[in-house]
Amino acid sequence: MESLVEIRNLSVGYGQNIVLREVNLTIKPHDFIGVIGPNGGGKTTLLKALLGLISPLAGEIIFAESMTGGSAHRIGYLPQINNIDRKFPVTVFDVVRSGLMSRKRLIGRYSSDENERANNLMDEMGIFGIRHKAIGELSGGQIQRALLCRALVNNPRLLILDEPNTYVDNRFERELYEKLKLLNEKLAILLVSHDLGTISTYVKSYACVNSSLHYHSGNEVTPELLKSYECPIQIISHGDIPHTVLHNHNS
Amino acid sequence: MQNLIALFNFEFFRNAFLAAFMASITCGIIGTYIVSRRIVFISGGITHASFGGIGMGYYFGFDPILGAVGFGILSALGIELFTRRADLREDSAIAMLWSLGMALGVIFIFLTPGYAPNLMSYLFGNILTVSTADLLFLFCLSIFVIGFFLMFYRMIIFVSFDEEFALTNNAPVRLFNSLLISLVALTIVLNIRVVGIILVMSLLTIPQAIANLFTKRFDVMMFYSIGFGFLGSVTGLVLSYLYDVPSGAAIIFTLVVLYGVIKLLFLLLGRAKLTGSTS
Repeated sequence: MESLVEIRNLSVGYGQNIVLREVNLTIKPHDFIGVIGPNGGGKTTLLKALLGLISPLAGEIIFAESMTGGSAHRIGYLPQINNIDRKFPVTVFDVVRSGLMSRKRLIGRYSSDENERANNLMDEMGIFGIRHKAIGELSGGQIQRALLCRALVNNPRLLILDEPNTYVDNRFERELYEKLKLLNEKLAILLVSHDLGTISTYVKSYACVNSSLHYHSGNEVTPELLKSYECPIQIISHGDIPHTVLHNHNS
Repeated sequence: MQNLIALFNFEFFRNAFLAAFMASITCGIIGTYIVSRRIVFISGGITHASFGGIGMGYYFGFDPILGAVGFGILSALGIELFTRRADLREDSAIAMLWSLGMALGVIFIFLTPGYAPNLMSYLFGNILTVSTADLLFLFCLSIFVIGFFLMFYRMIIFVSFDEEFALTNNAPVRLFNSLLISLVALTIVLNIRVVGIILVMSLLTIPQAIANLFTKRFDVMMFYSIGFGFLGSVTGLVLSYLYDVPSGAAIIFTLVVLYGVIKLLFLLLGRAKLTGSTS
């Protein structure tokens, strides 16, 4: 299968400070990769490099032709909600449609086709009724939905989500992951998360990022994976969740 | 009322009225951008830095406003550049530029032999003495600002709301940031004649604060800001004429009172009743 993105020996950082070293990762069309690791380990830096926001110090990121073909940008990006100025006076509808800007010239209007696509997406996400509200009037979950619509409206082939589960209610989180599972049939997903327990049933493979990157195909939570947190952790949950955590025998 | 209408027989009053109208348009649009983008402090820095240009104008004998335009735009682009190269703290850099401009202005005016005429009108503004040239500048600026926002409205919102997302979409973020901050500088400098350096920031923020009570949409906020700005400046203008107080101070005082009254009404009656809906 043709890969969408190939990261080869990538090192990135800010100024003298190298955050990620010698990273290798291949993203294929139906991948669902969970990016985990401790805070400050370089998860967000990896995303920024993928999105072209910072340039590599060494190594390269190669995009498949289908990712760069045409004028449209083929990566959908859902930033952390903290990056958004929630007091900015902009409506949901305008936020969602702004996901189409990469295909627009400097001037001109959105076509009726584009408006319809934005409307359909908002309908699907359950925010059609509030599309003329300013984002300052919405809840965290509603803003996340709007940002997800913005990420999807341009029909991306790769969807990148940066901690989409912050500040949202459990119901939205569940809906989001169900939605992602469906979307995964059409596009590749890269999901940065701290929430190891809940995503593991949907994610197909893991990338543990802590200044370097370890890739685990398969969706089991292994001792190695937990070790990448480099601190003692435990998973807390209510009943009816089918998983087991085993102690080390000789600790 | 008769007296007020008779005021329009005076050329100086007609000019002042036109200046108030165009000040409201330019400050209404650009102020909405400034407030939305949270660059009020940056704009304050640009305002005061432009005083250096006014001082140079006095010393070298050209129109101080032209000097202010030069200083304003250069410091705006300087701040824009500085904040990218993240080594220096942004607010410290702005404060430095702020005081450097003021210091240069004071030095040049001190070095200029004789009395500096109209200095007070640059500091505190005097809408009653705006010249035909000032009006022409303001007119051109109004047309340009309206045209720019009509043409590029979508891109302006795109770049301002979420700069990082715009960058990932290969939008011309830096170009638009530079263009917009230059427009901010031009708007500030050309409105100095109306309300003065000390007070011009209020004309760019108080109408927006009032507008923001009614709406949370950028486009609507621009129109409301223009309306409230015009209401405030014409009322201030009349007060200034009637009680013989400086126009800039009268305008700002009126706007603050207007904000207070409307805010109080909102608190007493509730937001829904006044805006007529939930959005």
